[in-house]
Amino acid sequence: MAKIRGSIVVNIEKCKGCEVCMVTCPTGTIAMAKEVNGKGYNYAFPANPDLCIGCANCAMVCPDGVITVYKTKI
Amino acid sequence: MVEFSGIKEIIKPENLVYKKTNIMTENTLSYCPGCGHGTAHRIIAEIIGEEGLQSEAIGVSPVGCSVFMYNYIDIDWQEAAHGRAPAVATAIKRLLPGKFVFTYQGDGDLAAIGTAETIHACNRGENILIIFINNGIYGMTGGQMAPTTLPGMKSSTSPYGRDVKTMGFPLKITDIVATLPGSYYVTRQSVHTAANVKKTKKAIRKAVQYQKLNKGTCLVEIVSNCPSGWKMTPVQSNKWMEENMFPYYPLGDLKTPEELPTK
Repeated sequence: MAKIRGSIVVNIEKCKGCEVCMVTCPTGTIAMAKEVNGKGYNYAFPANPDLCIGCANCAMVCPDGVITVYKTKI
Repeated sequence: MVEFSGIKEIIKPENLVYKKTNIMTENTLSYCPGCGHGTAHRIIAEIIGEEGLQSEAIGVSPVGCSVFMYNYIDIDWQEAAHGRAPAVATAIKRLLPGKFVFTYQGDGDLAAIGTAETIHACNRGENILIIFINNGIYGMTGGQMAPTTLPGMKSSTSPYGRDVKTMGFPLKITDIVATLPGSYYVTRQSVHTAANVKKTKKAIRKAVQYQKLNKGTCLVEIVSNCPSGWKMTPVQSNKWMEENMFPYYPLGDLKTPEELPTK
């Protein structure tokens, strides 16, 4: 069976660090960075990119629309 | 644009699954972190894009947190006085009957100061779509009690919790509108999880399609959170909303036409 792999791109300067994406991610791909962005928020980033399945749940709940999702079969 | 991305090999245009729609402008939203307004805006922009209504849609923005909505969605807009968005939308729709006219209002706007406009616009059966964001509080002005505030819920003007003996009961304006003969499609949704976002998108798409029939007013209520006003983190506020708001404001369709028209 083909394995589905995904990848996300986060626009970190627009991220407000609300953590909603981190909670909704079914695989624990997303974590909040220890560093802050230009506005002082701890931005979201794909901490475990290998786990991403490209379900786009994070992008759907992101209030600021900062996440772009890609998916492919390997 | 500063970005942080996952595996580089997968990031190709042909693998794209989800991207912010171009109808949303590049302006940074003025909302607090975790606010449901942003998600609701994006859903509306996506529907407008997918239905090809960008040149046809006219939005009426309210007074409240979403007052700057005209900066975020790239369509025609009209600002209305506090609570008067349905009245303004009525005029726009009557003058330009070919356009898709919608209002976007919060609970302080729609259910408090604009109750009369809302009820009468729905009772007249104006062919507009009203999108109602209910977070049970006046968010912009500092978290005061709204008509939709739950019993016992703390706000800056009810610091010991809303006492129903002196402050009355929460107003279920969507239920009131559903009983009016002029309303055509009335539903209550939320945007706090991916599944609910999909359901809300479906509901708004249906409402937009019903609007094309000119059969009456459609109202989509979105139960949302206010992390700053409720003094919680966004994740806590979503959980609190599930536990406290949904029992009082149950999600689902309140009034549906008999069948979906075939295209």
